[in-house]
Amino acid sequence: MPFIPHTEEDIQEMLATIGVEHIDALFDEIPEELRCGELNAIPSGISEMELSRLMQARAREDGQPLCFIGAGAYDHHIPAAVWELTTRGEFYTAYTPYQAEASQGTLQLLYEFQSMMTALTGMDVSNASLYDGASALAEAVLMAVRANRKSKSKRILVPRNLHPTYRKVIHTIVRNQQIELVEVGYASGSGEIDRQDLESHSGEDFAALIIPQPNFFGVLESVDELTDWAHANNMLAIAVVNPLAMAVLKPAGEWGEQGADICCGEGQPLGAPLASGGPYFGFLCSTQKLVRQIPGRIIGKTVDMDGKTGYALTLQAREQHIRRSKATSNICTNQGLMVTAATIHMTLMGSEGLQRVAAASHANTEKLTRVLTSLQGVESVFDGAGFHERVVRLPIAAKKVLRALAAHNVLGGFDLSDDYPELGDAILVCATELRTDGDIESYRSKLERVIASQVETPCQLKPDW
Amino acid sequence: MSNTPTDRRYAKSHEWIKDEGDGSFTIGITEHAQELLGDLVFVDLPEVGAQVEAGSDCAVVESVKAASDVYSPASGEVVAINESLDGAPETINEDAYGSGWMFKVKVTDTSGMDELLDAGGYDAMVAEEE
Amino acid sequence: MIYERSRKGRRATAQAPLEQADLSTIPAAMLRDKQASLPEVSEMQVVRHFTQLSQKNFSIDTHFYPLGSCTMKYNPRACNSFASLPGLVSRHPLAPESHSQGFMACLFELQEILKTVTGMHAVSLTPAAGAQGEFAGVAMIRAYHDARNDTARSEILVPDAAHGTNPASAVMCGYETREIPTGADGDIDVEALKSALGPQTAGIMLTNPSTVGVFERRIKEIAELVHAAGGLLYYDGANLNAILGKVRPGDMGFDVIHMNLHKTFSTPHGGGGPGAGPVGVSQRLEPYLPVPMVDFDGSDYLWLTEKERPESMGRLSAFAGNAGVLLRAYVYARLLGKEGMHRVAEFSTLNANYLLKRLMEAGFDAAYPERRASHEFILTLKRQAKELGVNTMDFAKRMLDYGVHAPTTYFPLLVPECLLVEPTETEAKEELDNFVEIMKNIQQEAETQPEMVKQAPHTMPVKRLDDVRAARELDLAWRGEE
Repeated sequence: MPFIPHTEEDIQEMLATIGVEHIDALFDEIPEELRCGELNAIPSGISEMELSRLMQARAREDGQPLCFIGAGAYDHHIPAAVWELTTRGEFYTAYTPYQAEASQGTLQLLYEFQSMMTALTGMDVSNASLYDGASALAEAVLMAVRANRKSKSKRILVPRNLHPTYRKVIHTIVRNQQIELVEVGYASGSGEIDRQDLESHSGEDFAALIIPQPNFFGVLESVDELTDWAHANNMLAIAVVNPLAMAVLKPAGEWGEQGADICCGEGQPLGAPLASGGPYFGFLCSTQKLVRQIPGRIIGKTVDMDGKTGYALTLQAREQHIRRSKATSNICTNQGLMVTAATIHMTLMGSEGLQRVAAASHANTEKLTRVLTSLQGVESVFDGAGFHERVVRLPIAAKKVLRALAAHNVLGGFDLSDDYPELGDAILVCATELRTDGDIESYRSKLERVIASQVETPCQLKPDW
Repeated sequence: MSNTPTDRRYAKSHEWIKDEGDGSFTIGITEHAQELLGDLVFVDLPEVGAQVEAGSDCAVVESVKAASDVYSPASGEVVAINESLDGAPETINEDAYGSGWMFKVKVTDTSGMDELLDAGGYDAMVAEEE
Repeated sequence: MIYERSRKGRRATAQAPLEQADLSTIPAAMLRDKQASLPEVSEMQVVRHFTQLSQKNFSIDTHFYPLGSCTMKYNPRACNSFASLPGLVSRHPLAPESHSQGFMACLFELQEILKTVTGMHAVSLTPAAGAQGEFAGVAMIRAYHDARNDTARSEILVPDAAHGTNPASAVMCGYETREIPTGADGDIDVEALKSALGPQTAGIMLTNPSTVGVFERRIKEIAELVHAAGGLLYYDGANLNAILGKVRPGDMGFDVIHMNLHKTFSTPHGGGGPGAGPVGVSQRLEPYLPVPMVDFDGSDYLWLTEKERPESMGRLSAFAGNAGVLLRAYVYARLLGKEGMHRVAEFSTLNANYLLKRLMEAGFDAAYPERRASHEFILTLKRQAKELGVNTMDFAKRMLDYGVHAPTTYFPLLVPECLLVEPTETEAKEELDNFVEIMKNIQQEAETQPEMVKQAPHTMPVKRLDDVRAARELDLAWRGEE
């Protein structure tokens, strides 16, 4: 019996103590007519050996293509020590630190995480994580509506150059609370938030403006001006940032005159593997003033009965297990293990290391863009400064190109034609610090052949690849 | 012996309200309520100028393990709040009926206040709860 | 504190690019003017620091952890190693279907397994945790009523013993909540339910077995009453492990459920997540399931998105939820197979009833002594608190000194001085016997030296912490040497 230690003798002794003859008698309070039979649609259990073969075959089936997709999940190097330490049983198999005295390891680690996130974002306080970047932004929107006492409206300005899936997720999560999301366009030349469109909302009542840095196109926004504009219009400024970018860019807490009010985002670039989209973790930081509106767990430093430093969950009265229907959020579990990895990752890399990764990813993407746009008909779409992603337009159908590249084990980028049809056959490309000059050249040569095969008069001979 | 002051009236939800004689009424929570909550760590007060309705929640008192809404026993406009509670919420624990007052309301309609308990009635209710 | 080990200019160098690349295309005004204050330490210091921190934790791998309602059972190592295989752990979430068939096969099969064990019509795996599953479930109830223009339904009923997430999730979906009391026998007060039902009822959220550790015996009647009032039934899967292969939520009449894979399917709790909270629905709610989902056309696995499922309640995360957790649950389910599923319910129930019986024999009071325990049970230490002045918190803290993680304390709220104990199926009899001895010892200590118990724990890295100071004088991040 996998994972069940009972011997036949144990079972008999235990049943005798309870005073029943069979284990099934323990289910005697379940009405007979509700009982289910065998779960025949589920296969019988198999051994670890058999399953190992199956899983290895499946993992192989998905291969390890050369990846130039970012779009919210980035292929960075993770130091070997990060997951060696994170998967120690004492971290991996502990639960929420409700018994503080027996959870000082997790609690201190979370306090260190909060310290590092505030350092990186320049904000006053951080929570101990949310599910992912998209749901963290949804929580930030709810938080802004609760916190902005100057605004009577439940309206939020959402730029169109924010990640399209993030926009969908916020909509899903806040729609039933009568919160209205109003879209702001982007400038077709720079890819930045369109200032004219924004200005048209000047003087209107909104609870907050969302400011992505970088935005979904990889373009950097003029965050100082946007933040000041939001504050001048009695709106909170919600920053959505890539935490790795924060190692080199001006931190959200320093934007404009007063800094952003809330800063949230996707923590994946800090030590989480791509892993099909999760588990990652969302982070959420804010000014001290808004601390009681923060959703999720927060760790505080305190002392024990002897005056010794210790760490404990604090401000719990905001949370669902105490405040129930009036809680700041329904969140209970967060992404503790991913935060463990991120804390170790940030400690190992340090500011210097993170800066180098950020700069190398930026430089590689610039290089990739130069190389790709050297091909006839391939052009860079936006002229604004960028971080580590770029939009390039292809001379032929983006979907076709990406499919053809994938057939050659290159994931060429994210197809923008569904979410931004106005951009034509545009794709979003990314080259992190892991992509070498050879990788970039390999992408270029394959793209060249794919385009050639589609653009030129149909060739009678099959290409040699 | 009960120390429940007799110069004011009490809501079943453990708030007290005291007529200041100038049209304004001071509101706080009872000694019994602060005892149930334990050490208070935060008090969220309404804003001056806000309209409150009798029976509606308009403030929150928070301890480590609980957060409780405070319901206004009367309708009217908030004319003052006890700003010293910000930074010293323990004042309520120390002196619930005095310096731990929470806010003052200019009451327009006093008709509903007859239903509130007097000190004896409140003590009897608390005794029954226990 | 890692910051205390930091020295200017020290760092681990092997992990980052050797040189700082060019950032000159970014305008200077957009750049940081000074480095973020992260620790500057060597690789060995990092390894030593975090290893030492880990040793200050109780965990399943190191201690018996009978935390009620949380299902702290053994997390098989195979789940982690197989989910971490290179092709799976490095797969980009937006990789095309052509490079995802292996991954999608696992997800599809997991969907099918979960459908079967719950008796539901369809399953979506995407919610990232139980609470997000609850949100998705209630949002689907709302979508269903809205689609029928039945928009006057404004209220979700929640038992007083429910997890706090239930009312919080209902409110996030724009509903008001009304509490239904629990009767003296632990079952829901059906008369109170009848009087609460009406044209305003959108639905009810139930856990079965309930959070008081007993099976809701009148569930069929409850389902009929709620359905007759036009409401839907939500099943909180927190305790699904107690009935796996014995009775299914779908057969009990539930319309929508969430499962906590980190409980029932043994994925790691990770110090507080990540979890995974798939949702299952009956036929009438099927169109509203959150996307993405996985489909199989007989030869290929395909993603189902908003395009194929236009009535979906939407997306809950940037990609497809906590995929790595789903893979671990899949591995667990395959190792167990159908026979193993039954055993989860059988042995967790056997362990709980045995432990309860032994504790009652030792003189402890069960909250519901006349009832059969499910996979967990509640003790009440009301008598000890009154007679000895030693309360549940004191017992819990003293237990840490004996090397056992305390059970859940003070939940559910309706039982005074309660301990919610969930031994799980993976604990051996001798571990349970040891727990009984510990409880007896603490009882004796409470009688003879109550002050010592009230000061416990005595052997942990810290003693009881000043929670009041933590909340009054908020210190939430390191700000350098004071």
